[in-house]
Amino acid sequence: MSEPASPTSPATTPLLSLRGVDKSFGAVQVLHGVDLDVHAGQVTALVGDNGAGKSTLVKCVAGIYTTDAGEYSFDGRPVQISGPKDTAALGIEVVYQDLALADNLDIVQNMFLGRERKKGGLLDETSMEELARQTLASLSVRTVRSVRQLVSSLSGGQRQTVAIAKAVLWNSRVVLLDEPTAALGVAQTRQVLDLVRRLADNGLGVVLISHNLNDVFEVADTITALYLGRVAATVRTRDVTSSQVVELITAGRSGDLGAAPASASATA
Amino acid sequence: MTTAHEPASDTGAPPAQLTEREQIAQLARATAVASPMAEPAPEPTFAEGVRAYVQRVRAGDIGSLPAVLGLVVLFVLFSSLRPETFPSPINIANLIVQASSIIVLAMGLTFVLLLGDIDLSAGVAGGASAGVMASTISVLGAPWYLAVLAGLLTGLVIGTLIGLLVARVGIPSFVVTLAFFLGLQGVTLRLIGQGGTVPVRDPVIVQIANGNVPIVLGWVLTILAAALYAGLTIRRWLGQRRRGLTRDNGGLVIARAVGVAAALVALTAVLSQNRARVPSIVLAGMPWSVPLIAVLLVVLTVVLGRTSYGRHVYAVGGSAEAARRAGISVPAIRVSVFMIGSTLAAVSGIIEASRLNSVTPGSGAGNQLLLGVGAAVIGGTSLFGGKGKVSNAVIGGLVVATITNGLGLLGQPSYVNFLVTGGVLLLAATVDAVSRRRRSSAAI
Ligand SMILES: Nc1ncnc2c1ncn2[C@@H]1O[C@H](COP(=O)(O)OP(=O)(O)O)[C@@H](O)[C@H]1O
Ligand SMILES: [Mg+2]
Repeated sequence: MSEPASPTSPATTPLLSLRGVDKSFGAVQVLHGVDLDVHAGQVTALVGDNGAGKSTLVKCVAGIYTTDAGEYSFDGRPVQISGPKDTAALGIEVVYQDLALADNLDIVQNMFLGRERKKGGLLDETSMEELARQTLASLSVRTVRSVRQLVSSLSGGQRQTVAIAKAVLWNSRVVLLDEPTAALGVAQTRQVLDLVRRLADNGLGVVLISHNLNDVFEVADTITALYLGRVAATVRTRDVTSSQVVELITAGRSGDLGAAPASASATA
Repeated sequence: MTTAHEPASDTGAPPAQLTEREQIAQLARATAVASPMAEPAPEPTFAEGVRAYVQRVRAGDIGSLPAVLGLVVLFVLFSSLRPETFPSPINIANLIVQASSIIVLAMGLTFVLLLGDIDLSAGVAGGASAGVMASTISVLGAPWYLAVLAGLLTGLVIGTLIGLLVARVGIPSFVVTLAFFLGLQGVTLRLIGQGGTVPVRDPVIVQIANGNVPIVLGWVLTILAAALYAGLTIRRWLGQRRRGLTRDNGGLVIARAVGVAAALVALTAVLSQNRARVPSIVLAGMPWSVPLIAVLLVVLTVVLGRTSYGRHVYAVGGSAEAARRAGISVPAIRVSVFMIGSTLAAVSGIIEASRLNSVTPGSGAGNQLLLGVGAAVIGGTSLFGGKGKVSNAVIGGLVVATITNGLGLLGQPSYVNFLVTGGVLLLAATVDAVSRRRRSSAAI
């Protein structure tokens, strides 16, 4: 990785690192030798056209899909992932594109769903509510009135906020968000982007999938562009222009960036 | 009741819990932007509390309000039409015994309905279980507790089979339980024989619906229950206030405790009056089915409201996909609700066998299921899943039994009873569907 052209990340060890990940569904190979680094305190944007393999990559990271080949390391150590429980134990949380919240439960109940706190065999509502409130406060959430509101009464932005808060509640170190703003209006997108930035500022490694390059340029430190299941390039946001990223998304290359011989992904 | 596996299923050992809290507290300090969540939750005023309730009702979260109002209307109506018979202590005691098996059936159906499923076989599952119980005594000469156990196991096995067919094989519950509705009637018929009757004479079992709790004991239980309810709710509220958590207005909490106590005392007072028709004997006290239902109500309410299991039942009913992603085994939850439903159906069948002193091939086959589903839905449990309580079954069961009882006193032919009960079920389902629409349109 000593190539002069390598535009990638700072010198620190990545929190989460994938190398050469292949993934096929039957005869169709969706991911080809994908490399992905997630650094603590940074937002990594994952961009690519529809069908490029972004969601598949996220699900591989989350342990929902097993990979066919590739290395997975966390904190610099290689790890074996055999399911979502393993990644949750590492502190990896995913905010899925379609919100994974139960409408008929309130915010606290949703945030602790499947991992309820108990005291004497019964639910410990007090400590769950306290922790939920503290988490929302730590994320400086201002739009949620009460944590005992049913999720059905929340707006799209508020729901996304709850989904994100649910992901960070668990001492998580890496949060992956799959198109969290796709269904949101301007103000709600604003809330979510602020939240994404604050997560990284609080020291988490964040992966943000988004089609909106304005959003990406606003919050991301690095951008990884996927093109037909391959990493076209991983670049620092401040080193590229929006139109270069568009070219990477649509053509897989832009000038000397992308599937050019000097690219790190080609030699890896 | 889940104490056994509590430590294992907990998310972390105490030290980890501390660091997690510390980290979150650190995050809170590190970020300067103010969030309302950083402040203690304000306590609503009495008026705000009432207004919030009215708003919830308007938004379609009506709970058992229509059933409670309906019960009051029915009592006023029948009491004015039959002032000398309907409100008499003997009829009230009768009504409660008639309601008992429906209430327990509806309690079990509540679990199934919470997942948005249906159990059409619950009535006949109760009949078959009661048949097994009665035959165990009359044929094998087993003691009552073994016979009851056999009956309950019958229900458990039926529920397990239904649950596996629905959750593992993937047949819609409507079809599976329709098949069981027919099949189980065949089983009972085979067990008892065409035109046969198995008498139930065991004194303990007969007592369930026909015996009364000694008056003193009845009062002790009533006062204990009222005090326990008040004590627990007020203690919880004080804890919430101390920690600055979301809570009701204190006045409302006290008003609710007083209301529950008043209702319990009124019921016990009526049931403690001598209702013997002949002056030489004394017939007084609450039927044994009342404390039985009270125990079921408390236990099942705790299971649904205060355990992880109950939380998962609501989650699967509200959004199976969200539950699955949260690591909940949706098929396991689905099997379990049918197991609980059919086991409670067995309890219901045993109560009914006690009331009628016999089991016949037709036990539980008539309109028993309609009454059970009606009770749950009238009480406020949604047919669409995710919404409902065990207490709804009690109120709904009382409404259904009051209709049957009142129409009987008015000397109406049974076709009127069928028409009215069917109509009321339809009305309740309409209210359910309309309020569900309101709930979803209330969301932004
Ligand atoms: N479970 C699956 N089975 C078969 N093919 C799949 C599956 N999931 C995704 N794919 C295919 O993989 C490709 C990448 O999909 P996806 O990761 O969802 O793309 P993106 O999120 O970038 O839009 C698409 O061609 C899609 O059809
Ligand atoms: Mg996608």
